[in-house]
Amino acid sequence: MEKNKKRLFGITASILLVLILIVAGFWAANRAHENRMHQDTLARVEKTKTINWGVKTDTKLFGLVNTKTGQSEGFDVDLAKALTKQIGKQLNMKLTATFTPVNASSKVQLLKNTNIDGVAAVMTITKERAKIVDFTDPYFPAGNSLLVKKDSGIQSIKDLNDPSKTILIALGTTAADTVKKEAPKAKVLALQDYASAMQALKAGQGQAIVTDNAILYGLVTENPDYHVVGGIMGYAPYGIAFDHNQPGMVKESNEALAALKKNGTYNALIRKWFGQVQGLDVSQLEVTQ
Amino acid sequence: MTIFNHYSSLFYSGFGYTLLASLIALVASLVLGTLFALLQLSKKRLWSGLGNAYVQFFRNVPLLIITLFFYLAVAKVIKMTGFVAGTVALSLYTSAFIAESVRAGILSIDKGQMEGALANGLSYGQAMRVIVLPQAFKVAIPSLGNQFINLVKNSSILAFVGGLDLMYQGNLVAASSFDTFTSYIIVGIFYLVLTLPLSYGMQYLEERLQGNR
Amino acid sequence: MNDFLNALTPDNLGYLMQGLWITVAVSVLSIVVSFILGSVIGIVMFEKIPYFSSLVGTLNNIVRNLPLLLIIFFTYFALPQIGIRLPVFWSTVVAMSFFEAAMLSEIIRGGLDSIDKGQFEGARSTGMSNRQTMMYIILPQAYKKMIPPLISQLISLVKDTSLASGIVLADLTFRGQVVYAQNSHYIVPILVFMTFCYFIANYLLSLLAKRLDRRLA
Repeated sequence: MEKNKKRLFGITASILLVLILIVAGFWAANRAHENRMHQDTLARVEKTKTINWGVKTDTKLFGLVNTKTGQSEGFDVDLAKALTKQIGKQLNMKLTATFTPVNASSKVQLLKNTNIDGVAAVMTITKERAKIVDFTDPYFPAGNSLLVKKDSGIQSIKDLNDPSKTILIALGTTAADTVKKEAPKAKVLALQDYASAMQALKAGQGQAIVTDNAILYGLVTENPDYHVVGGIMGYAPYGIAFDHNQPGMVKESNEALAALKKNGTYNALIRKWFGQVQGLDVSQLEVTQ
Repeated sequence: MTIFNHYSSLFYSGFGYTLLASLIALVASLVLGTLFALLQLSKKRLWSGLGNAYVQFFRNVPLLIITLFFYLAVAKVIKMTGFVAGTVALSLYTSAFIAESVRAGILSIDKGQMEGALANGLSYGQAMRVIVLPQAFKVAIPSLGNQFINLVKNSSILAFVGGLDLMYQGNLVAASSFDTFTSYIIVGIFYLVLTLPLSYGMQYLEERLQGNR
Repeated sequence: MNDFLNALTPDNLGYLMQGLWITVAVSVLSIVVSFILGSVIGIVMFEKIPYFSSLVGTLNNIVRNLPLLLIIFFTYFALPQIGIRLPVFWSTVVAMSFFEAAMLSEIIRGGLDSIDKGQFEGARSTGMSNRQTMMYIILPQAYKKMIPPLISQLISLVKDTSLASGIVLADLTFRGQVVYAQNSHYIVPILVFMTFCYFIANYLLSLLAKRLDRRLA
């Protein structure tokens, strides 16, 4: 008798569990379908009166956490704050900027999941990415530059176009193409990351590092004997990203960015963050009207 | 399903790297683990202390920290890719757990067997190799099996250092396909293809060993 | 040595310690939830209820055989797609509890299986109900036997919280990465410091385990 009861309980409970799983599955599929439907970022911003920006936590000069306050600080963060204020002005409301830390792999996912509204996190505008997200106009003229020792006398990449010279790059960056184009005769040594490239440069394994100017500015701040030269090669600017198909938000942001460039706020921020970088001619980065 | 068809080459290549890392780490950690188990059981204080310190260290420190150490610090001295750094870290980390399993296995073997073998003129090393270790491994099979399943799962750590494994590719597909939900479910199925047979095989073996007793 | 002192300024140290606090909070919450959930699943599997136990066992096996990292990513990145949007902290707690419950249930079932069947009959013959027998006679004994594997699983849990740095939970590991982004010379000092923190926390746990084990045995 007891055995039969247990059996009956087992069958009922199993059927219930299977039913729950099936219903949950259908519900999830349905919700996923609904959620994939378009959500307007601008409408959300107007409703919540906030713009939640994804920013970096580990990139010097653009978004690096100040361990005292626990908040990211840098050009990206300040620009996002200024944009928020400007967009608020355009919409005739007071908008607040909030910040969410993101890393390379989470920024797009969080944008898609609407955890964040926009990404200001050293994101290079590429065709591949533009299929997934919407970019604003460029907000920072990134491209490859040279990092060399101050007393080396090297002024441009042409000085390195010689088989006796070695150029250091980081694996998987656009620097390889730049070097091939601009200094085809030089030897190339590809290293794991920027830190090891810096180590190799100090050890004399090469005469220069070629990579994103933004990264080089960061390296210079910890290595005052070195400076950035050679202008900007292989222009690959950064843009602010929104979810795909957000013409309203992109339009407001582009207008705001143009206004900030016009009223001098943009140049002030450039000078604030890059004015101290050794050997950098800030006017390269500033906009002229 | 369209996601799978569209990105199948990425999933397969990730699966290959996960399998490769797991196999390399399996062999390396089995060898290292046995070695450190023997060290732990050594009569010499210095050796056993060294063995214990090794096992305690790797058992109590996150795999991620060890992996980052190889990827960021050791790689400065010895050049290595994320895949290599991750696999080395995975091997060392797992070997500490294997050492514990093997040690428990050796301790479960009757001391009389060792004494008998020594009395019969075998050296300590021979007795260990021929008499004790084979039996110890047999006893340790269930717990070794669990460690291997953990190893396959832990190989996902490679994703943190660009190790090209299944998890890494899964993140890429999730980020570029919009459909995180399906992408991760596909990744999960691939992992289960490796771990579920191992898990059920272990259960079967364990039941049979218990039946024999 | 200089790098050590430079890396561990009061500000940086304070920032890291807040991360350690988050690591501890996630661990403790996950331990409590997964222990309760794991006990329930373990008992269901032990009771061998026709069909139900094997169904639960199969589902449990699937969860147990997935990488925790995948479950963490799934909870944080995929669940929002069906409208379940959790903050990163709670997302981690849910993912860890879910996974660790599956791991613990297997240990708990094993512990229950190792209790002599005669104890059930003995307890029942004194007039105790099924539930009372389980609560007062079987479970306490089973937990005693399970202490060593339970504690090593809990140590795993504490270590595994570091994986949540991948979804930008501001735990010790993530904050360490932030600090050595200030200067590449800080990488080794910070990694050593983090190793030290995790090691001490887990070593204390394992000492506690030995203590408990000896007292109860």
